Amino acid sequence: MARPPLPEEELVARFGPHRNDAPPDGWQHHGPIDREVRTHCCFCGQQCGILLKVAGDRVVGFEPRYDFPFNRGKLCPKGVKRYLQDNHPDRLLDPLVRTPAGFEPVSWDEALGRTVRELRRIQAEHGPDAVAVLGGASLTTEKSYLLGKLARLALGTRHIDYNGRLCMVSAGVGYKKAFGVDRAPNPWSDIPHADVVFVIGANIADCAPITTSYIWRARDRGARLIVADPRVTPIARTADLFLGLRPGTDSALLSAMLHHLIARDLVDHDFVAAHTEGFEAAAEAVAPQSPSWAAAITGVPAARIEEAAEAWAAPDTGMLLHARGLEHQSKGVVNVSAAINLALACGRIGRRGCGPNMITGQGNGQGGREHGQKCDQLPGGRDLADPRHRAEVAAVWGCDPDELPAPGHSAYEILEAIERGEIRGLLSICFNPVVSLPDTARTRAALERLEHFTVIDFFLSETARHADVVLAGSLHEEDEGVVTTAEGRVVKINAAVPPPGNARRDTEILIELGRRLGAERYFPYTSNREVFEELRRASAGGVADYAGITWERLEAEDGVFWPCPHEDHPGTPRLFEDLRFPTPSGRARFVPTPWRPPAEQTDEEFPIWFTTGRVVSQYLSGEQTRRIGQLVDQYPEPLCEVHPRLAEFLGVVDGDLVRVTSRRGSIELPARVTATIRPDTVFVPYHWGGRKAANQLTNPALDPESRIPEFKVCAVRLERVAGRAT
Amino acid sequence: MSDDAVFVIDHSRCIGCRACVQACEECGTHRGRSMIHLDEVDAGPLGSRQTAPTVCMHCTDPTCAEVCPADAIKQNEDGVVQSALKPRCIACSNCVLACPFGVPKVVGEIDLMMKCDLCLDRTSAGSKPMCASVCPSDALWYGTPEEFAATRVGTLGDVFAFGDQAVTTRVKVVLGEEPGPLDVLSGRAPASWLDDPFALGEAS
Repeated sequence: MARPPLPEEELVARFGPHRNDAPPDGWQHHGPIDREVRTHCCFCGQQCGILLKVAGDRVVGFEPRYDFPFNRGKLCPKGVKRYLQDNHPDRLLDPLVRTPAGFEPVSWDEALGRTVRELRRIQAEHGPDAVAVLGGASLTTEKSYLLGKLARLALGTRHIDYNGRLCMVSAGVGYKKAFGVDRAPNPWSDIPHADVVFVIGANIADCAPITTSYIWRARDRGARLIVADPRVTPIARTADLFLGLRPGTDSALLSAMLHHLIARDLVDHDFVAAHTEGFEAAAEAVAPQSPSWAAAITGVPAARIEEAAEAWAAPDTGMLLHARGLEHQSKGVVNVSAAINLALACGRIGRRGCGPNMITGQGNGQGGREHGQKCDQLPGGRDLADPRHRAEVAAVWGCDPDELPAPGHSAYEILEAIERGEIRGLLSICFNPVVSLPDTARTRAALERLEHFTVIDFFLSETARHADVVLAGSLHEEDEGVVTTAEGRVVKINAAVPPPGNARRDTEILIELGRRLGAERYFPYTSNREVFEELRRASAGGVADYAGITWERLEAEDGVFWPCPHEDHPGTPRLFEDLRFPTPSGRARFVPTPWRPPAEQTDEEFPIWFTTGRVVSQYLSGEQTRRIGQLVDQYPEPLCEVHPRLAEFLGVVDGDLVRVTSRRGSIELPARVTATIRPDTVFVPYHWGGRKAANQLTNPALDPESRIPEFKVCAVRLERVAGRAT
Repeated sequence: MSDDAVFVIDHSRCIGCRACVQACEECGTHRGRSMIHLDEVDAGPLGSRQTAPTVCMHCTDPTCAEVCPADAIKQNEDGVVQSALKPRCIACSNCVLACPFGVPKVVGEIDLMMKCDLCLDRTSAGSKPMCASVCPSDALWYGTPEEFAATRVGTLGDVFAFGDQAVTTRVKVVLGEEPGPLDVLSGRAPASWLDDPFALGEAS
């Protein structure tokens, strides 16, 4: 039974989160720097270039990296303070096993031996699929690749998935349906060339801060900015047009815009006829979704929807940027398709300054979803269910294609299978489901049912508290490999320091686990570079083709955009320039977007919409950023954003404690009264665990295609409780 | 950077992310203390969501130096107003009270006035100030006036009226295309939707 061995307070006292507020020798120490290591920030898919200052094998500071073209020295507060995750008092320095008295350090031999013994015992008793693997999109691409190989060939389980399932898989499905490839079509350097920038479901200032500078460069050229969001986000404040839609109604808004383009004959018919298919079916689907119909659904007046449609269609170039707001819904794929349809209807693809683009969220959100830690996928963006793809990868791996298991459960479905007792053993890395999955109470109860749980991590996360074995792994700056940024640019992560104490590089841990599981011949690597070289071969000929990418090229060329099929190939910053798409017909596809309401509706008992998101100073489940003092101080605890009108109705003033209750749970937290949110909606950021977890409330309804949970919309009630924010 | 580089603030671009505040703390001349001010502007139809960063404006005739009884505040040859000289500063706070922009801070535990010195250690070595290096939205910007004119819209202002006192500053702020007061809420002409972002005034 994978239960935390001690009360939460005792685990927090021992393992944190504690704060690190200063560099290792204090602010006043001005000792010499041994070297500055060129690498990237570990937080978010923008992957800003950064220099880490190292003295005595410790990271002691940072310096802006002006040479990297994406950010040219720019950093958000997380990037500035990222170095304080090093030399941290909470850092795990040894492998641990759970005992009734807490977690005790053990040797690597004992920790790895116990993991292998227990997982094999469970598989012997209940079959290979009784063990599952969870990965994460902050891992380097090599680690993601190794994890997929470990699951399929060493453990032989069908069930491996990753936390990208909670991120942007809806975009991945939507882009594959439309274009046959899951990647943002444009480099970010295209944004300044757009005459109109349409941002929907993306809080760019807080979640992708550097992108704001690209939007301003477009506006300096005269571009109009349209923002659609339930909140007036910081980037929205100066927008030319703002569409303050209800959560969960994005596809209605986008479909009504397409309806209006068709009604006013603003469609680029030549482009549609020459390069696309499926327009008629998409047009039929939006026929009943007029702007006046959508006004009632979205809360946005019809005139504003029409104005936005015309502003989008009018100029020659335009880019549509979207993120989790569209994707975190039980119709996430429909929302994304509706966005892509708007771009296709105006011929906006394959040209400078033209395209729909997803803003990938996690550090390696792009690369981490290309090479095999997704439940249905093999390296190179290949399809695990496709016999030809299986044979291609099996040839590189030197296995029989039949050795490769069939596609397994997605991340939330793995949790449900644990709940049902079908999955009894779990290996997890780079994933903190106790904070990040919807319906927290259910997540904890499910984990407690596990017979064996091994976690690889550098801090004892809320999830690792449930583990039987914790393998002390590595921080971003302690291992070497590649990641792929939101633009599709593959970049090199360089190790700045070795792991401290007895902690090991994640890469070594995964290789050693593979060997101990009896798959020595599949894990022959003596270096990280050998893993990358095999990954290149395994991706060759796939959609995400890295065959021509070398570590040396990444350093010399400021990264390389995939696909890059051979070493003389320059890489592909902008996709589809020849207007040929890797779809069966070679055309881009419109996908019909019939209206579907959110999985949960407001009613008398739960009359308010609830939505979640991020703040700029925190990253994902906060495992790292809740341990950096200055980032904690910037936004210490979750606040509930409430419109003044709703606040007045409830008798709440700024700083009052409110209780927010959904059908799944409730949370008490201070109200932040602000006119920047819809009066029928409240917002809580999700970076905290336990009683502060927004995900106690959220709805695990899944998108039927992407299997993403509906984090962005559910129904709640709100009441004032005694007390004030302290 | 070129010798004639100027520091520019465009308040309308500030997204409140505090990268500047966090980066200022890393500046070599005052490590561990952030000298930048980030204020929430409690105005406009949306209330206090607009943030406004303030660095030292480096006045050509600095009021802080004029009121300093100890003659502790000096300008260098480039006109950069520096933190008080430690041997002279008596931590009287005259400068704190007199600065029209509210910039200097008196650090109690060391009895010293400290303020933004335009990252002298960086700018004198040809690098950008820390805050203008990291600012994700170019609300804080460092470069030549020619570079600004070539890449950005808006005119640069450096004269501020405080009642009868007119102050000219080394740091510039971005004004709209037309002369007039600085509107930190919108920069340009405010969009009409700002009056009612959620269309509460009309049936939808």
